[in-house]
Amino acid sequence: MSALARRNQGVESRRRTDWTMARFILRRLLLLPVMLLAASVVIFLMLRLGPSDPALDYLRLSRVPPTPQALDEARRALGLDLPLIAQYADWLWKALRLDFGQSYVTSRPVLPDLLHYLPATLQLAGAALVITLAVSVPLGVWAARYRDGLPDQIVRLIAAVGVSMPNFWLGFLLALLFSVHLGWLPAMGRDGWSSLIMPAAAISFMTLSINARLLRASMLEAAGQRHVAWARLRGLSPRTVERSHVLRNALLPVITATGMYVGELIGGALVIESIFGWPGVGRYAVSAIFNRDYPVIQCFTLLMVAIFVICNLIVDIIYAWADPRVRLAAEGAS
Amino acid sequence: MSSLDGELTGDLAGDGLPPPHAHGRASFWREARWPARMAAVVTCALALIAILSPWVTPHDPNAVDLAIRLQPADAVYWLGTDHLGRDILSRLMAGAAVSLGSVAVAMALILTAGIIIGGTAGFLGGRVDQAIMRVADVFLTFPTIVMALFMVGALGVGLTNVIIAIAVTHWAWYARMVRGIVLSLRRRDFIAASRLAGASPAQTFVRHLLPATMAQLLVLATLDIGHIMLHVSGLSFLGLGVTAPTAEWGVMIADAREYVWTEPLLMFWPGLALFISVMALNTLGDALRDRLDPSLRAEHGH
Repeated sequence: MSALARRNQGVESRRRTDWTMARFILRRLLLLPVMLLAASVVIFLMLRLGPSDPALDYLRLSRVPPTPQALDEARRALGLDLPLIAQYADWLWKALRLDFGQSYVTSRPVLPDLLHYLPATLQLAGAALVITLAVSVPLGVWAARYRDGLPDQIVRLIAAVGVSMPNFWLGFLLALLFSVHLGWLPAMGRDGWSSLIMPAAAISFMTLSINARLLRASMLEAAGQRHVAWARLRGLSPRTVERSHVLRNALLPVITATGMYVGELIGGALVIESIFGWPGVGRYAVSAIFNRDYPVIQCFTLLMVAIFVICNLIVDIIYAWADPRVRLAAEGAS
Repeated sequence: MSSLDGELTGDLAGDGLPPPHAHGRASFWREARWPARMAAVVTCALALIAILSPWVTPHDPNAVDLAIRLQPADAVYWLGTDHLGRDILSRLMAGAAVSLGSVAVAMALILTAGIIIGGTAGFLGGRVDQAIMRVADVFLTFPTIVMALFMVGALGVGLTNVIIAIAVTHWAWYARMVRGIVLSLRRRDFIAASRLAGASPAQTFVRHLLPATMAQLLVLATLDIGHIMLHVSGLSFLGLGVTAPTAEWGVMIADAREYVWTEPLLMFWPGLALFISVMALNTLGDALRDRLDPSLRAEHGH
């Protein structure tokens, strides 16, 4: 085969790859509403079949004494006297027009309130993700480079502490050190990037620990492969081998793991927000859970599912883009 | 059991480690390095404190005495008193019972569900297996905190519901592991022999398949207990689990919030207790894994 033909074939294959990638993304995007629908059924059933009566909670939160008459009225007003399927259909019909009902506590529409608080939470989780990756990758590479040496021991210790530290306690400790004693960072509120550092650090300590250990292990595994030995034999410098032949392969499991941490980071943000007075969705959701404010719980959970699924879709796309084997497999399948 | 041993040691070939089952159980201590030994000691001490706490606390953990509130540490109150004049050390000890107790109950639920569901899936195979594992996949991919928050929202606030929520969010890992092991063994001759000898499927499962899963289940459970402890305390910290007067570490940290700038030690001690416990359990889990099941290196994601 001539060089030109080979190059043409390369271009052709790249075009085909782009096309299969687009199909892959499209298929996953089409799957998204299906997953959300399934999740909404489960959420709805769990809340309706739970041990408590929404009408009672509604009356309690509206401070109406629960007389039988008031209960009947509340049931009718909330549509609880209808069969479950009709209730769900009603909820779905409204949800499709982005009407997720009103909070039992504030009587305000749920979705606008949640969307008002959500960006702050996502910002916090995003900052935590950046810290996780920015710290764990150098740590993992460092530990793998000096396997069983002092750096490896240090990283192992950091990781052991990181996975055992309660993030809410770490938040307090950071605030004590950096706000009270050193006065470097603001202890409360959302005011510029300096207020983002401590809460994001508290959330990311656990994920960066897990990530660093994972990367170390996968670096060592990748370093044992034949193409790495071949790269060394070709006389490439150790750093070049490490960067272009070991790290590139070792990052693949880290990408997958990152998809799983997204949920952990958002969950961490929900807890940490309350410590640093971060105006996110966490406090709103926790008080709704505490009060059994059903419309809020329902919409909040669905929103979290949507975010989680979308983040995982993004991670899968990055993975497929980073790993030629997935691209080729997708091509072979089509 | 012996066939499984063969598989596990097979995974080790070329890893340069000694075969893990070459010695008896008692040699765990002799072979363990000092962190693992210390972790074992701390864990035992913690369990002992938890069991004995109703009798051995220096003071009544719930006795309110506003006259001696926020006392610094002294000879009578070793770690001082909290905002209601309760002895912090006694509350820490009582909190160990609540934390370890709830985690133990949650773990018992998780193991039971995991063994039954995973065992059923692996043993029956086919459509049942497919159906069960699709459901399990949903639970495996979902972020545990969000799911636990939702479960507490559906069931209501309280420690019992938190334990149920934790069990619901964790069983799938165990079911998947049990299923995998059962699936790999169920076509073996000794299973057929057991069935031919007249044992029922349930008997065969309990006598011949369950023992093969024990080593890996033990490792996974030990590694998970720390996480679960953090979850329970985190939910209590948010006010969704254990509620106010009960001594529990997460609740104690939440109680100390108002005094965090003036009396930082109030929130320091319960956090330290939680941190040390989780670290000891994780270290123990790591050591057990290295010994019993080196193939289980992959982190699982929560």
